[in-house]
Amino acid sequence: MSDSTIPLPSTQAHVGRRGLLKGLAGMAGLAALDPVLSACSSSGSPGGGGSANSITFGSNYSDPAPKQAFAALVAAATKKTGVKISVNTVDHNTFQNNISSYLQGTPNDLFTWFAGYRMQFFAAQGLATPIDDVWEKIGGNFNTAAKALSKGLDGKYYFIPIYNYPWVVFYNKSTFKQKGYTIPATWDDFIALAKQMKKDGLIPLAFADKDGWPALGTFDIINLRLNGYDYHIKLMKHQIPWTDKGVTAVFNQWLELMPYLQSGANGRIWEDAAKTLEKKQAGMMFQGTNQVAAQYVSDKASLDDLDFFPYPAINPAFGQDYMDAPTDGFMLAAKAKNPDAAKRVLEYIGGAPAEAAYLKFDEWDVGLAEGLSVPSYNSIQTKSVQAISACKSVSQFMDRDTDPAMATAMISLIQKFVDNPTTSTISTIQKSAEAQAKTIFTS
Amino acid sequence: MTSVARASGRTAVASPRACRARPRHAGRVAAQVIMITACVLWLIPILFALYVALRPYAETSKYGYVSLPHRLTLSNFVNAWTESDMGRFFLNSVWITVPAVIVTLFLASAVAFVVTRVRLRINIALLIVFTAGNLLPQQVIITPLYRLYLLIPVPHALSGSGLLYNSIFGLIVINVSFQIGFCVFVLSNFMKTLPRDVDEAALVDGASLWTRYWRLTLPLCRPAMAALATLLTTWIYNDFFWAITLISTGNERPITSALANLQGEFVSNQNLIAAAAMMAAVPTLVVFFLLQKQFVAGLTLGATKG
Amino acid sequence: MAAIGGRLAGRTGAMPTADKLVVIGLLGLPLLLDLLFIWAPALSSVVLSFTRWNGIGGLHTRACSPPPAPSILQNGCWYGVQNYHQAATIYPPFWPAVAHNIIWLLVFLFIATPLGMLFAVLIDTGIRGSRIYQSVLFLPVMLSLALIGIVWEFVYSQNFGLINTVIGHTGNGNAIDWLGNPRLDLWAVLAEGSWRQAGYVMVLYLAGLKAVDPTLREAALIDGASGWRTFWRVIFPVMRPINIVILVVTVIESLRAFDLVYITNGGNNGLELLSALVTQNIVGEVQRIGFGSSLGVVLLVVALVPISAFLYQMLRREERT
Repeated sequence: MSDSTIPLPSTQAHVGRRGLLKGLAGMAGLAALDPVLSACSSSGSPGGGGSANSITFGSNYSDPAPKQAFAALVAAATKKTGVKISVNTVDHNTFQNNISSYLQGTPNDLFTWFAGYRMQFFAAQGLATPIDDVWEKIGGNFNTAAKALSKGLDGKYYFIPIYNYPWVVFYNKSTFKQKGYTIPATWDDFIALAKQMKKDGLIPLAFADKDGWPALGTFDIINLRLNGYDYHIKLMKHQIPWTDKGVTAVFNQWLELMPYLQSGANGRIWEDAAKTLEKKQAGMMFQGTNQVAAQYVSDKASLDDLDFFPYPAINPAFGQDYMDAPTDGFMLAAKAKNPDAAKRVLEYIGGAPAEAAYLKFDEWDVGLAEGLSVPSYNSIQTKSVQAISACKSVSQFMDRDTDPAMATAMISLIQKFVDNPTTSTISTIQKSAEAQAKTIFTS
Repeated sequence: MTSVARASGRTAVASPRACRARPRHAGRVAAQVIMITACVLWLIPILFALYVALRPYAETSKYGYVSLPHRLTLSNFVNAWTESDMGRFFLNSVWITVPAVIVTLFLASAVAFVVTRVRLRINIALLIVFTAGNLLPQQVIITPLYRLYLLIPVPHALSGSGLLYNSIFGLIVINVSFQIGFCVFVLSNFMKTLPRDVDEAALVDGASLWTRYWRLTLPLCRPAMAALATLLTTWIYNDFFWAITLISTGNERPITSALANLQGEFVSNQNLIAAAAMMAAVPTLVVFFLLQKQFVAGLTLGATKG
Repeated sequence: MAAIGGRLAGRTGAMPTADKLVVIGLLGLPLLLDLLFIWAPALSSVVLSFTRWNGIGGLHTRACSPPPAPSILQNGCWYGVQNYHQAATIYPPFWPAVAHNIIWLLVFLFIATPLGMLFAVLIDTGIRGSRIYQSVLFLPVMLSLALIGIVWEFVYSQNFGLINTVIGHTGNGNAIDWLGNPRLDLWAVLAEGSWRQAGYVMVLYLAGLKAVDPTLREAALIDGASGWRTFWRVIFPVMRPINIVILVVTVIESLRAFDLVYITNGGNNGLELLSALVTQNIVGEVQRIGFGSSLGVVLLVVALVPISAFLYQMLRREERT
C-alpha cells in the first residue's frame, strides 16, 4: 500500500548520504532504456500484426502439471498445423479476475476458459469470435451434450472443449476395507456411514470453503438430487426464485449433513482438506477429480488407494441421474490478431488426438471427444468416463451456470450458512439471494 | 542543572537520578520490561516466517511448523527463486521504482519551488490540489482510472500492450501522480526554511528562474530529497493495489503483488511462500538497516517551527 | 531592505517571458498528471456511481429500462441513485463493511496509536537499548502490508500455525479458526495492522517529542514533577499540533486499510471493508463498474472529513507564515 503521512511541525532533522541521490540518478540512466526491452519481450505479442503463421495463446494453466499438459498440447498442435504458438501463462486467479479487461484490451488470439453461462456471458458481450466454421469440420467428434455446451446464447459456437471432470465423493479404499464400510447408494445410508465414521474417530467428510466456491458444489449436487436437472438449471437462470420451497428443501437437507462436515471450513483451503483425506484422518471428501486427484498426485500420495462413488440418491425420482461435470476449453478472442491461424489450431484441438496429447500428462481429467482412447488413463479416469456417461445430463457448476455476479453473491451467502447452519440463517439467505438476483438478472 | 537534566534526558546513566526516590527506579525497570516484552512479541512473526522458510518441506509436513529442526536448508529460497522466476519480478520492481522516484522528486521539487519562490495567486490552491490528491484512498479513483488506462494509447517502445494498461510505464505514471502531492508538501515546507537572501540576490543579479531552481535551490534540498527518496522507494516498492488492478499479465508484475500470485502457485508448499516473502522483504530491509535515519527523517520532515 | 523588497515585488509582477515559460513548464506536467490521473478519476467516480455498467461497451445517457428487462441489455445506462439504494438495502456486505471500517478506526485510535505513543514516550526517556527498541518496533513499517499478511498467516494458520500449536488447539475439533471465523478474523487482522501502526505512530511521536523545547522539561524537573506528570501536564499540551497530525494520520490509515484483508481472503467472511468491496466489484470477472463506483464515493465522502480537517490545519499554518 502506498502510504502517505503528514510531516510533523518539527525542526528539520539532519540527514547525510547525499550520494544517495547521485546514485539513483545513475541508475535512472540505465533504467530508462530497459522498460523498452522488458515490456516488448515479456508481453509476447509484437505490435501491429505478428507473422501470419504464429499466434499467441493465453493460458491460466499455471499449476505445474496442467502447465506441462498444456505445453504438450501446444507442441502437438504446432507439429500438426505448423502454426507457431507462444503461450502466455497467467496465474489461475489473476487470469479469471482480469478476463474482462483482458478481452477488451489486448487479448491473445486464443485463450483458456470454461463452458457454461460464464462463457456465454462474454460471448454475448461481443468479446469472442464465433467459430461455426471450425465446428463444421469437427462437429462429428462430439456428442450433442458437448455441442450444446459450446454454443453461445445466440446459438452460434464459441467454445472448443478439451476436458471435463466429475464432482464425486472420494474415499481411500484401504480405509473402507479396514473398517468394513460399504458404498452408500442412498442418503440414509450416507448419513449412517458418516455417523459410523465419526464414532470410529474419523472426520466423515473433509470440507473447505475459504475460497468460497467449493461449497457451491454441495449445493448443486443436493439440488440436482432433490429437485432434478431442469429445476437446477432454471434456478441458475433465475427463472425460479431463490425463495422457492425447493431451495429451502435443499438447505434443510444440507443441515442434516452439517454435523458430519469438517468444522472450521471457512478458514481452510480445499488443498488442506484434501490433505486430511490423504492422511486418512477423513473418511470422504466431495469435490472434483480435477482437484482431489490432482492434489494426491502433487503430494505424491497413493493414487491407487483413491477411489470414488457418485453422490448418493436423495429423491428416487431422480436417482443418481445428474451431476456437475465442469468442462474447460478454449475460445477465440474477438480482438484476435491472427484468427485464421488460430482457427486452424482450434480445428486440431477439437479432436481425439489433441485430447490424447493433453491427457497424457493429466492424471485426473477426461476428454470428451468421440472415440477417444487414452492408454495412460488410470483407474480414476476410466471410472470418471463411465460416471459421466452414465448421467442423463450434466451441469457445469454454479459459478459457470449462473451469472458471475450471482455466483459471487451465493459464495458469501453460503459461507454464512456454513458458519451458522440454522433454519433462520436459511431464510435470511434465501431472502437476500432473491433480492440480489432481482437486481443482477433484471435491472 | 541544565547539563545534568539534559544528560539524564538523553542517556540512561544518571547518578543523581539514582539517588532519588525508589519509584523512579521501579519506573525504569517497568519501562524496560514493557519494551523488552514488546520487542520480543514484535519480532516473533517475522522470525517464525524465517524459520519456516529455512526448513525443508518434508520435515514441516511431518512435524508441523512449530517443531525443533532436524536440519535447516536454503533450498526453499533457491526453489522459490527458480520456480517462480522471481528475478523477473524484482526487475519489474526496479523498472517501476527507480524511474518513479526520480521523476516524482524532480516534478515535486519543481512545483515546490514555484509555489514557494514565485508569488502566484494560485499558490495555495495548488498546494491544496496536490496535497489533497495524495490523501485520497486509492479505491476512490481506481474505477475511472482503470477505464482511462484502457483508453490511452502509448507508443510500443514504452508499453508492450500499446496502452497505459498492463504496462510498467503505466505503473510509473500512476505512482508518480499519486506520490507527487506528498512530496510537494514536504519539499515546499522544506524550501520555506531555506534562506531567501541567496535566492533574492540571484534574482537581483538577473538569474533566470530555471537557474535559481536547478543550480541554486535544488542542491540545497539534498537532505530532504534523500529522505524523500528513501521513503518513496519503500512505498512504491511496497505498493500492492496499483499493481494488482492495473497489470493483468503475470510476468509484468512487480514483486509485492506477484507474491499474491505465488500464494496460489505455491499453495501446496507453504515453506516456499515463506521463503519468497523473505526474499521480497530484502530490499526494504536493506533500506531499513542502512537508511533508517533518512527514512525517519523523511517521515518527520515538516520543517515548520512550532 | 525595503528598496529591494519593493523592486522584487515589482519584478514578480513583470516576470521575463523566459521565466514565465519555465513556470508553466515546471508546473504544467505535474499539474496535468495530478489532475488527469487523480482528480479527474475521483470526480468521474461520482458520475459513474449513477450508472449501471459492466465495463464492456460504451456509456450512454439513456435511463436503464425498468424490470423485467433482461440484464444483458441493461448496460452502460443511467441508473439514478439505484446503486446507493441497493448498496444500503440489499447488498449484504455493505453495512458489515461500514461497521468494520468503524471498528478499524476505533482500534487504531484507542489501541494502536496510544500504544505507539507509549513506546515513543518510553523511548524518549532515554532508557538503555532505546535504539534497538526503536528499530525493532519500527521494522514492520518498512514491510509491505501484503507481505505482513502472508507472514502472519503462519502465525494464525488453523491446523499448523504458531498460536494454535502453542496453545494446543490444532485438532480438527478444537482448532481456533483465526482467519476463517467471521467473529474472530477482523480482530486477528487488526492485530496485524496495529503491529504496524504502533511503530509508525511511535516514530512520528518521537520526532515530535524530540522537538519539544528541552527547557520545558528542565523547568518541570526543577519543580519536582515526576516523569509521568511532566508528560501529561507539560509536554502533551505543547504537542497539540503533532497530536492533531497523528490523529489525522490514524484516521486516514484506517480508511486505507485494504492490503491486509485482501491478501488474507479477498475481503469476505468477516473481513469486509469498503475499500475491499470497491475492489471486488471492479477487479474480478464480475465487473459492476457503476456499483463499485458508488461504494467508492461512499469511501470518498467519509475520507473527505479527515482530509478537510488536515487541509484546514495546513491552511492555517500557511496563513500564519
